[in-house]
Amino acid sequence: MNLRRDVFQAIADPTRRAILLMLTTQSMTAGTIASNFETARPTVSKHLQILTECELLKQEQQGREIYYHFNPTKIKEIADFIEPFRQMWDTKFNKLETVMKNYKSK
Amino acid sequence: MEQKTKIKAEDGSQELVITREFDLPLELLFKAYSEPELVEQWMGTKVIKLENKNHGSYQFETSYNGNIVFKANGTIHEFSPNQKIIRTFEMENLPMGVQLEYLEFEKLTDDNSRLTMQIIYKSEKHRAEQLKLPFAFGINKAHDKLQEIIKNLK
Repeated sequence: MNLRRDVFQAIADPTRRAILLMLTTQSMTAGTIASNFETARPTVSKHLQILTECELLKQEQQGREIYYHFNPTKIKEIADFIEPFRQMWDTKFNKLETVMKNYKSK
Repeated sequence: MEQKTKIKAEDGSQELVITREFDLPLELLFKAYSEPELVEQWMGTKVIKLENKNHGSYQFETSYNGNIVFKANGTIHEFSPNQKIIRTFEMENLPMGVQLEYLEFEKLTDDNSRLTMQIIYKSEKHRAEQLKLPFAFGINKAHDKLQEIIKNLK
């Protein structure tokens, strides 16, 4: 699985973007986050899981509660927009390789 | 897994360095950049003009559904077969301006080669515009293309 690509899939979803935005100002528990959305709680949990897997969020245990924090380092990576640009070139270069391999075998 | 295509873009700098190792001999890699019909195949654009010589120039154009969606041009400052191309590159009607490109082609083994592409922008801001491009243009375009393919399947 390509985790780095997933970071961009993660921010492609409007609910996940809203979650990230909420967490830029303060850390919250899953319950507090979910109470801000009309979406069913398991759906919000799923979004949190995806964001955590992509390292956009970090979990921290405080007593009995788990708080979600925003991970600025990972966000910066997105802000730099490098990964999609890299993938664009990677796709082009893969194509180049295929074209030239066919050309060679002709 | 190590990524085949790497990009170095330091903060505060106005350049990008793209490197890629190819499972191709150097001569074939260079050919992919110098033969118009091959450039067309992997770049997915029409080559209107490609003068492979010092002080030459080139023009690319892509049409989609009969409309021109992409136009690029530049001048070739230096053309050294199997070694180096120094050229400018400009995408027309887009905000990133003219960029200077140093393309270096290196032999690694008889079957492998490396391309290093150093791209210098007018400013860091212009570089940022370029990096936003896959979002603004590339990804949507790929999506459109996908939709079209699906449409044709019906």
